[in-house]
Amino acid sequence: MECIEARGLRKAFGTTIALDGVNLRVEEGRILGLIGPNGAGKTTALNAILGLTPYQGQLKVLGRDPWLERDQLMCDVCFISDVAVLPRWIRVSQALDYVAGVHPKFDRAKAEGFLAKTTISRSSRVRELSKGMVAQLHLALVMAIDARLLVLDEPTLGLDILYRKQFYDSLLNDYFDRSRTIVVTTHQVEEIQDVLTDVMFIDRGRIVFNCSMEELESNYLEVIVRPEQLAAARALKPMNERQTLGRSILLFNHVERDRLAALGELRTPSIADLFVAVIGNQASHAQGAAQ
Amino acid sequence: MSTHSNAMPGSRLESRAVAPSLIPATRLMYWSVQRELWEYRSIYIAPLGVAALFLLGFLISTVHLANKMRAALTLDPMQQQAFIQQPYEFAALLVMGTTFLVAIFYCLDALHGERRDRSILFWKSLPVSDLTTVLSKASIPLVVLPLITFVVTVVTQWIMLLLSIVVLSRSGLATMLWTRVPLFQMWVGVFFHLVTVHSLYYSPIFAWLLLVSAWARRAPFLWASLPLLAIGVVEKIAFNTTYFSTILMNRLSGGLDATPYPMPAGMPMHLMTQLNLGYFLSSPGLWIGLAVTAAFLAAAVRLRRYQGPI
Repeated sequence: MECIEARGLRKAFGTTIALDGVNLRVEEGRILGLIGPNGAGKTTALNAILGLTPYQGQLKVLGRDPWLERDQLMCDVCFISDVAVLPRWIRVSQALDYVAGVHPKFDRAKAEGFLAKTTISRSSRVRELSKGMVAQLHLALVMAIDARLLVLDEPTLGLDILYRKQFYDSLLNDYFDRSRTIVVTTHQVEEIQDVLTDVMFIDRGRIVFNCSMEELESNYLEVIVRPEQLAAARALKPMNERQTLGRSILLFNHVERDRLAALGELRTPSIADLFVAVIGNQASHAQGAAQ
Repeated sequence: MSTHSNAMPGSRLESRAVAPSLIPATRLMYWSVQRELWEYRSIYIAPLGVAALFLLGFLISTVHLANKMRAALTLDPMQQQAFIQQPYEFAALLVMGTTFLVAIFYCLDALHGERRDRSILFWKSLPVSDLTTVLSKASIPLVVLPLITFVVTVVTQWIMLLLSIVVLSRSGLATMLWTRVPLFQMWVGVFFHLVTVHSLYYSPIFAWLLLVSAWARRAPFLWASLPLLAIGVVEKIAFNTTYFSTILMNRLSGGLDATPYPMPAGMPMHLMTQLNLGYFLSSPGLWIGLAVTAAFLAAAVRLRRYQGPI
């Protein structure tokens, strides 16, 4: 079953086109990383999915139209948009009371359980908590909601590495159960590589790359090419070539593993390297077209 | 463009059918109002503080109370009653003025503050509609503040009367207070005034402030006041008329002639309330005002739907 289905999703702010005919399908039970440069349209896409912004085109989230049915949709969808959106005046106990009061799928005992593992005091106001503690509180609130879709927009921005690691660990261990869907955007791609089941690149309002992690591992290979093999390797049309510490690293798409193994040392590319290759190619194509 | 599926036990999906909202509207409303009281504590602290200060001043003034009462005895009955009632009416006016100010500043911030501190993203992540949110915010000046004003006024006047009786008990003037301070009548008057003027007649003012608060990116107070001033000035210069400012002034003055406050003494309370109520309910100003309120609030709901953090 599709959790999110978009066809020809468009959104323009004045003359700036934020989403330029996005088609996407996310099935239930996936953890999708939506990766893109600044201003690529990630947040706009998420806002459309969450019913925070009107759009053109077709969009269904859990079978509902997000713009027309946001309040209903939010029974089954949770989101953490950026950090620090919890009101600074609210007390931890008030936040628990309020969410328990308005959300039909909030399990207060569960939230209290998550908070018990932290040093957050019930009587503290959000403004008195550190940035990491606010993220923990928000995550505790969200994880106690039995939602079907969780949207995270740069959830760990500004947190130190310990909190970031802990954030994704608790998400995977205590929350994700293969029937929920998670969509996450972040610039810290390396940290979520092991978490994702799917990855999608977005650039200038378009989805430019989309595949599952299994496909990524089987179809994309990086070769640290021995200098004498460089000409042979280039003949196989790499997607990207880069130099690191005097060695040439070539990225291949859909080339047989055996042929590449003869050229040098093989390894699975990181999402970050793939991202640079895909978006970099796009940029140079665009430049070529402009010239 | 699709992400392919694996590792998806289908049986678990079926148990997760889309559940309808299980929270009744009244409960959503209750918690939405509760959250306003958490955020804007001045809603109850300001009137309580003013009442406490007033009572302190009144307590000090009771030193001279016996002398004042003896002086009052020389006046004719009408003047006597007005003289004795004066501090009680002043207390009511003070509390009302305070909550009116609180209401104005509350409305200007209600839909602006949540966008300024980005918390609107948190509120919108919960299954509460924009309509519920705006109505809960409108209920603060229209229902909650008048109720608080009434309760604080009643309690303050009670304490004033009890204090006076204790102070005067030795001089034997206490019984005079019972007959000269018609507390119950005053409370009915205060309640009537709050419902008709502060809640119903002023409602377009509050709705306008909420609308500007939902719309303005900054300085909602200026956006709420300067354009109205500008319209009045332009009308005066262009046509040398003052219709717009007259309408505004009528609204702000609360259409005082329509209410029994301050009430003439000696008239049976129930009769007067009925008379004025009939006059009030049949005045077009009330109904036009309520229609304008509904329009402003509807616009505010729509704006909140489109607006994100600023």
